Amino acid sequence: MKMKTSAKIYSAIIFLFLFAPIAVLLLFSFNEAKSLSVMSGFSFKWYVELFNDRNTLNAVRNSLVLAVSATLIATVMGTAAAWGIDRIRSNWYRRVLSTVTDIPMINPDIITGISLMLMFVFVGRMFGAATSLSFWTMLAAHVTFCLPYVILQVLPKLQQMDRALPEAAMDLGCTPLRAFFKVELPEMLPGIITGAIMAFTLSMDDFVISYFNVGNDFQTLPIHIYSMTKKTVTPKMYALATIIFFVTLGMLMLSNLVDNDDSRKLRQRRKEKKGRN
Amino acid sequence: MKKRTLALFLALTLLAAMLLPGCAKDNTLTLNVYNWGEYISDGSEGSFDTIREFEKWYEENYGQKIKVNYTTYASNEDMYSKIANGAVSYDVIVPSDYMIARMAEEGMLAPLNFDNIPNAKYIDDSFKGLYYDPENRYSVPYTYGIVGVIYDSNVVAPEDVGGWELLWNEKYADKILQYNNPRDAFGTAMYMMGIDVNTEDKAEWDRARDVLVKQRAVLGGLVMDEIFNYLQSGEYAIGSYYAGDYFTMVDNQAENVDLKFYYPERTNYYVDAMCIPECAQNKELAEIFINYMLSEEAALANAEFTYYASPNSLVYENPQYIEDMGEETMEILYPEMEDFSKLYNQYAFRNLSQEMQTYLNTLWEEVKIN
Repeated sequence: MKMKTSAKIYSAIIFLFLFAPIAVLLLFSFNEAKSLSVMSGFSFKWYVELFNDRNTLNAVRNSLVLAVSATLIATVMGTAAAWGIDRIRSNWYRRVLSTVTDIPMINPDIITGISLMLMFVFVGRMFGAATSLSFWTMLAAHVTFCLPYVILQVLPKLQQMDRALPEAAMDLGCTPLRAFFKVELPEMLPGIITGAIMAFTLSMDDFVISYFNVGNDFQTLPIHIYSMTKKTVTPKMYALATIIFFVTLGMLMLSNLVDNDDSRKLRQRRKEKKGRN
Repeated sequence: MKKRTLALFLALTLLAAMLLPGCAKDNTLTLNVYNWGEYISDGSEGSFDTIREFEKWYEENYGQKIKVNYTTYASNEDMYSKIANGAVSYDVIVPSDYMIARMAEEGMLAPLNFDNIPNAKYIDDSFKGLYYDPENRYSVPYTYGIVGVIYDSNVVAPEDVGGWELLWNEKYADKILQYNNPRDAFGTAMYMMGIDVNTEDKAEWDRARDVLVKQRAVLGGLVMDEIFNYLQSGEYAIGSYYAGDYFTMVDNQAENVDLKFYYPERTNYYVDAMCIPECAQNKELAEIFINYMLSEEAALANAEFTYYASPNSLVYENPQYIEDMGEETMEILYPEMEDFSKLYNQYAFRNLSQEMQTYLNTLWEEVKIN
């Protein structure tokens, strides 16, 4: 396939805009000096610094704990919700319900954040708690905004599925539970995985909602970095961002590899089927 | 695919289970400290890990385990709103002066019991009776700072140095940076003109506005934190900031840049002080923590880490500290002053009335439009 020159230039510009900031960050994470203007030499100094910085590492750990727990809960709840919504007979009711579950997604983050905080504080005060915000409220908040994304990913998979499939399975002697795990779950799985990945990224990324709901015992990475902005953000953070970038890149490549593997198998299976016909 | 996904999920569950914060044991005390980001010696670059050392020290001396939850904020307002809406309780906070005045007025601070803070005696007397806490009931100063002018001596001629006028000097047009916030920007003009920065007289503010409008012709830009990179790289040559931050810039300046610093005659002062909010759950422990922060080891480590001036005589009289900082640094961080409290009470920013605040914002818009 040959590209026109203009198309080539256009894509070059797009790539430049996408990756130039990351390239700068990567470069300066290896800078010996603290400055963004002078490149005084190559060094791993900031990486060493990063691994000696207990507060930052703690914030990374907190972010991971929160993202993993929120993802697990949101994925299970979201899948169950999608399955339930799909089974509603009344067309009208189903549509209302799926619109309502979309609201946290459409709502600006800042409103979701403030309203969640108000609710937590209101309930906390009702029970006379001195501190209403903690890890558990953060978790509840993250599950709340991750849920719609899982539902959004799983629901179409269920709608694409042939309704007769689980019924056929039960006809052939499966218990409903077994039919769910053997027939419906595999159909939903691609949606569940995409939903879980989205939930994880959103939760890791989130600043605004966390900012309003953070308590005194659990600070996540974005909030930790934000609080550094009074002074300059140290190159330690460039090192951290570089590591995160490469870990993400690695995961992305891995998931693409798995994906390709799957679609190849699928194509092969289809071919075999055709051959038999 | 299925098996792999299942394995992935199981692995994630396991990870979550391992990492989840274990339930705190009943006999562990917790102390919630809320401080500015990067404002305590945290063990990086081989420094003293204040929080961990405090935990150790407490266990050795009181025979009880404690857990310090140390979280950070980026501005006084962030901290204020967290506490004001009653969402979270903290035991120790470190607000700036004007915020202490506001919180004390609103009854949000608990009076300190100085029997538990014997080390407060090391705080110099000239830090007592400051306007935000005239009776020294609510706060113990942590750091203080003075605003000065920073310039690149490779660009600026020696005869132009000395006053706020440098920020208006036409010779250095487009090389000058001004604050991008109304209070600080008006401050530079008002100190130059000898106007009281806390005045309620609108005509005085109008005069300052006219001078700021005139400055627009020579300004390179309005900045806040960006000033670090702009001055370090030599892109701009003149700006005003805190003495402590000047050293950070010098450490990182480019090869062809030689930053220097001076105090104009009238300028801004600030104090950040440790306080205990009214909602604190463990006031005595908080006082013990404040006392620990004033001890020689911790105070020295924090002063060396933050590079801000310390009001603690254990720090600024310590020979090792004086040697580490060097003569030039000591002169800038701790300039000769007859009486800090006198200068401070005369020149430091105070809370403006709601009306003046609104008026100032209007004037600031006018400056920015011009």
